Amino acid sequence: MKKDILNISLVGVGGQGTLLASEILCHVGLLSGKDVKKSEVHGMAQRGGSVVSQVRVGNKVHSPLIAVGETDILMAFEKVEALRFAHFLAPDGIAMVNDQEIRPVTVSTGQSEWPEDLDGKLRSTFSKLELVPALDMARELGNVRAVNVVMIGALSKHLEIVDEVWREAITALVKPRFLELNLKAYEIGRAAATPVPA
Amino acid sequence: MQTVATNKKILSGNEAIAHGAFAGGVEVASAYPGTPSTEILENVSKFPEIYCEWAVNEKVGMEVVIGASFAGSRSLTAMKHVGLNVAMDPLMTFAYLGANGGMVVISADDPGMHSSQNEQDNRNVAKFAKIPMLEPSDSQECYDMVQAALDISEEFKTPVLLRTTTRVSHSSGIVDLTSFELKGRSDKKYEKDITKTVPVPLFARRMRVVLDEKLAGLAEYSEHSPMQKLEPGNGKVGIITSGISYQYAREAFPEASILKLGMTFPIPKNMIRDFAASVEKLYVIEEGDPYLEEQILAMGIKITQPEISLRIGELSPDRITRLAAEVNNQEPLKPAQAIGDLPARPPVLCPGCSHRGVFYALNRLKALVTGDIGCYSLGTFAPLSAMDTIVCMGASIGNAHGLEKANQGGRIAAVLGDSTFFHSGITGLLNIVYNRGASTIVVLDNRTTAMTGHQDNPGTGRTLMGKETVETRVEDIAKGLGVKRVRVIDPYNLDETMNVLKEELDSDEPSVVVAKRPCVLGAKIKVTRQFDVDSEACKACGACLKLGCPALEVADSEDTDSKRRKARINPVLCTGCGMCVQVCKFDAIKEIKL
Repeated sequence: MKKDILNISLVGVGGQGTLLASEILCHVGLLSGKDVKKSEVHGMAQRGGSVVSQVRVGNKVHSPLIAVGETDILMAFEKVEALRFAHFLAPDGIAMVNDQEIRPVTVSTGQSEWPEDLDGKLRSTFSKLELVPALDMARELGNVRAVNVVMIGALSKHLEIVDEVWREAITALVKPRFLELNLKAYEIGRAAATPVPA
Repeated sequence: MQTVATNKKILSGNEAIAHGAFAGGVEVASAYPGTPSTEILENVSKFPEIYCEWAVNEKVGMEVVIGASFAGSRSLTAMKHVGLNVAMDPLMTFAYLGANGGMVVISADDPGMHSSQNEQDNRNVAKFAKIPMLEPSDSQECYDMVQAALDISEEFKTPVLLRTTTRVSHSSGIVDLTSFELKGRSDKKYEKDITKTVPVPLFARRMRVVLDEKLAGLAEYSEHSPMQKLEPGNGKVGIITSGISYQYAREAFPEASILKLGMTFPIPKNMIRDFAASVEKLYVIEEGDPYLEEQILAMGIKITQPEISLRIGELSPDRITRLAAEVNNQEPLKPAQAIGDLPARPPVLCPGCSHRGVFYALNRLKALVTGDIGCYSLGTFAPLSAMDTIVCMGASIGNAHGLEKANQGGRIAAVLGDSTFFHSGITGLLNIVYNRGASTIVVLDNRTTAMTGHQDNPGTGRTLMGKETVETRVEDIAKGLGVKRVRVIDPYNLDETMNVLKEELDSDEPSVVVAKRPCVLGAKIKVTRQFDVDSEACKACGACLKLGCPALEVADSEDTDSKRRKARINPVLCTGCGMCVQVCKFDAIKEIKL
């Protein structure tokens, strides 16, 4: 990774659980003895808007914000959001995109058009694209809300951090009654990940 | 894997402030919610040792903690930047009176207006009110500086302003909680001395002199405070900065000498003079107003002015990197361009939101609507398009009265939420009653403070500490103020909503309409029924889409005659409120049994 700071941007739609995913990432950094900073903006997010959260891990991190074009890994929980924040990504960065489409009210009410051939657009936009069927996998587990931790599992393959640390971070942050589900979500995400060459 | 000491935690700036308040021995905390400050009190409430409360507004919150300070207790109040406008009156004079128990005022500013109506820079308040100010730049400093602020407050007998911004309050970082143990409670008590607590002119004139003496002492303290950090560099470029701007500057100017100010009022003039003399070119990097810059220029120190302006909006690594390119005579990097032409994803009123019915009716009634601060500001936009003005908390009522008295004519309604009504709507309503107004005030009473994340308020029957309390009713207040026409409606019932609003808008007396329905998001209401569109019966007239409900979508199938696309309902989103059924003229929307 460039410099000595790893920059990860998480983007999605309010309610998709990007917040928990970014908290798990931060905790992984803390457990690995690194400095960590995370930035997000609260407010209107619950009302169906775009959500962005940024996590930076390194020996010493100053800015909680990642400069445009310096994200190493873009974790997108929704396809159009991946495109919306494509410029965040560094030229050699990796885009991990959850295979899910959520139409905003501007489209459902006919004020704007939903883009055609999203997968094609994703492929032409990102040179290193990993499309993760996280929604389907979470559905198989019986809880669509586990999408975020499936994505964390897929991400874990890209980083040189051992399995136990990820499990410890998830255990620390997930409510006990959802722990088993989320550990499974992490496992299937990790098992299914086919990292593109970095 | 390295083991990490358990005294390290990842905390947001706001969480760190709460932990610091506990470690610093705060006994009383009072605040009104407001982004980006809300989580401070929410997290303070996790420490049962601290008495904490949601005040009805920021002014009251400030007055409560002043009372606690009179009593010798350490206290804290927190608010968003515009909230401090509401609380300025007690603060300005308490600066004269001075603190007994340590008292810290937190102003969480919102540069870039992520969730605010302006981006006022409240650093100016410290200078204006003549009180010391600390500016943390990350979570660790939030934790440390709250404790420092409480100490300074007691040592210099003054309230202390702790000023954060959205990026400090809502960013997280590692905080070392080594000193995290409850200090002994203050053993101070209220001691009667009217020369220090009653600012009648006789005493206030003396207080004014003492205030400047305190400031002189604070200026001396500022020179030697460990919160002022000098990071030597190559001496060519020198940067004076504070708060989050420091973090961006440190990364963009790795070789520069940096003077990072943690205490930004009073500024350490000698330190600044020495620093300026030690570097070839001096820059000031600050977000918002030229607050430091003007004070440094007034000292006769030369500051190099870059071409790139930092004045408007939020700073970012991108802006400071461009600045660095200019300073270092480098070609600026071309910023990557966002892909255009993607469908916008604006925030919208939730499916089943109880505000929707009122806005739908006001739009149909062609009312001029003065609005207010809350989720319902979303009623401004199409297709509801039913809000004309927004100024500040509670302003809708006075604004409506003013429009009426200026003979605007037509139907005029003020719309505000229950929490906003309790915050600062009551006095405006009393003004209308007293001055023979005729406005219609619609209170969207969803029994919570929804916008900031569902905090309790006087209408919820619960306190911040989880105790049951009186559940104040808006309609009782209205009647108590002398409003004769008080109506309570169910905003899910569109006919009733339309008829009542029409009657009240057309009456020549003041009236209050309370639209009552709990917030769907906050009350976590169980969905007991849902609706679907019968595609055969749907004539694609689009009437239901005028509700702007996210659950109502344009379907792929077309109406054969009009070639317009029919409607459908998204079962993931539908809460079963039933408003769409009432607007469909073709009975095409049917209930589905769950």
